[in-house]
Amino acid sequence: MSFSLFVEQLLNGLQLGVTLFLTASGLTLVFGVMGLINLAHGSLFMIGAYAAAAVAGATGSFLLASAASLAAAAAAGALIEMVVIRRLYSRDHLDQVLATFALILILSEGTRWIFGSFPLYLSIPDWLAGPVTLPGGIRYPLYRLTIILVGLVIAAGLFLLIARTRLGIRIRAGESDREIVAALGVNIAALYTIVFAIGAALAGLSGALVGAIQSVQVGMGEPVMILAFVVIVIGGIGSIRGALIGAILVGVTDTLGRAMLPDLFRLFMDNSAATSVGSALASMLIYVLMAAVLIVRPTGLYGARGA
Amino acid sequence: MKARSLLLAAGTAVLMAGAALAGPVKIGMITTLSGGGASLGVAIRDGFMLAIKQSGRTDVEVIVEDDQRKPDIAVQLADRMVQSDKVDILTGIVWSNLAMAVVPSVTAQGKFYISPNAGPSALAGKGCHKNYFNAAWQNDNLHEAAGAWANTAGFKNSFILAPNYPAGVDALNGYKRFYKGKIAGEVFTKLGQKDYAGEIAQIRASGADSVFFFLPGGMGIAFLKQYADSGVNLPLVGPAFSFDQDILQAVGDAALGVHNTSQWNKDLDNPANKAFVAAFVKEYGRLPSLYASQGYDTANLILSALDKADVKDADAFRAALEAADFASVRGKFRFGPNHHPIQDIYVREVVKEGDVYTNRLVGVALKDRGDAYAAECRM
Repeated sequence: MSFSLFVEQLLNGLQLGVTLFLTASGLTLVFGVMGLINLAHGSLFMIGAYAAAAVAGATGSFLLASAASLAAAAAAGALIEMVVIRRLYSRDHLDQVLATFALILILSEGTRWIFGSFPLYLSIPDWLAGPVTLPGGIRYPLYRLTIILVGLVIAAGLFLLIARTRLGIRIRAGESDREIVAALGVNIAALYTIVFAIGAALAGLSGALVGAIQSVQVGMGEPVMILAFVVIVIGGIGSIRGALIGAILVGVTDTLGRAMLPDLFRLFMDNSAATSVGSALASMLIYVLMAAVLIVRPTGLYGARGA
Repeated sequence: MKARSLLLAAGTAVLMAGAALAGPVKIGMITTLSGGGASLGVAIRDGFMLAIKQSGRTDVEVIVEDDQRKPDIAVQLADRMVQSDKVDILTGIVWSNLAMAVVPSVTAQGKFYISPNAGPSALAGKGCHKNYFNAAWQNDNLHEAAGAWANTAGFKNSFILAPNYPAGVDALNGYKRFYKGKIAGEVFTKLGQKDYAGEIAQIRASGADSVFFFLPGGMGIAFLKQYADSGVNLPLVGPAFSFDQDILQAVGDAALGVHNTSQWNKDLDNPANKAFVAAFVKEYGRLPSLYASQGYDTANLILSALDKADVKDADAFRAALEAADFASVRGKFRFGPNHHPIQDIYVREVVKEGDVYTNRLVGVALKDRGDAYAAECRM
């Protein structure tokens, strides 16, 4: 593998990681602050993509579409929190899994009811289309570079929000002890709705960004959600920093594994066996990574809970 | 999810007096109507139901159930249809892994299974059965046609990729069976993978002159959009599964000009096809896809056999199915010895007609193609 191909694959891994972070950050916030396992997080990703596709179809503007994805997912998130999720905080995790699984089915079939069974069209805007040449002669799609940039800016914004703002203080306080925070006069119910809506909005934006280069269809959120859970387990549940590091680790491991493992096995196997063994192992690699991290650090890289 | 729709064709009609009817013929349709794969099942169901409706028969009852793309659910549904609903014929399954879970058991119980889509090699060769018919294709067929067309197009060094599951392995083998050039690279992707940046980078670095890919449904949409944006301009070829009418609109310009192989297209010039396309558009307000054409042909095959024989007389009914005496929308159509089609497979090109992305016929890739497994079948 040449150096420029390696750098390109690293960029691909980084881009995958950044999109994973957008989904995983909401999941980890919700779990960290509220102790809630939300399987329906992937559905919010889907809602964002559908909202973007609908708005892009109507207006032709990708920026408006991205804004719509944020707004629609945040609104859906807030609504879901107030109607369903709020009743689940005091229940055990199994009840939460059951209820949020039901939400996946309801949201998926509801989306199908509104938009039909066929995938929707959502594409990269013209001003972000095509490859650019990076230093070193690497040709890389501009849109993917944009995703990396947007993702890193949002990550930075999220750090500042948690570390520097009053809302962030309340979120961290709510994470430590919700009764005391409530006793101090913070409206904990509203705080939870806001946190849930922020997480949902990020998932929705991720859906819109990713939907433009993938397919906007019912069920698109589930594979992403599984990866997001892997990310937050690796990063440590509740930690934004962990989610970022975990997401980039998962993205890079997955991409480089897929690119390099078959080549590695070709050194001592025939071609077709190496292809199938290499591919099979590559698809397991992130779970191997997760297991390895959990052996060394049972609470994840930056996890504090249950330590 | 458990929508159970009973449709008595031309439901208001009253049973004809005098005819000693033993009750309606029951057809059980197990197909994917929810989740990510639903667009295929919906197309098959719509095509099938259109043919039943057109036939005007009042004695055919179709029971439609959603398998959610899960083998265990498909098996439960099949058991219930056979044991409680007492269906005579089963059909509808989209995916090969579901077909493998259902078909051997229902045919062993003496029921007929007519596949409108999945055609795994295991059921075409040693695992063939006298009561199993495939009205679409054997899984390898469209890939073989892509390989044959690659020779015509002068491809000498193809990069090939498919998901890592049985149908993906069949796809690459099918392509290589007819393709005579070199292989620049061979990659198995994860099933359900949506990000192909890594693979596209490998294609760029491989020195290939062409790319063959089999990535059905949403995987194909994702790949085509990312490929178009990558600046890699090598010609693409693949089976029709990534270019069917229902998903092309979601791919948009990224698919324009791509060649793909199919046993059917909407501009195939025969009367049955013209009537089908017009009736489908009138009934559902959209152009039919490949899958809809397969559902439609499957229903017409069953109806043609019902016209000739009583389904309770298994031998006579089987002989009537083998005759395939119906006007297929594909034009020429007959069954080989293993109950899989022998048919022409065409090359199509993605074009834009007005605002609609669709395919037009370019030529024939393989004439009278049967399949590679027929010789292994002992019925």
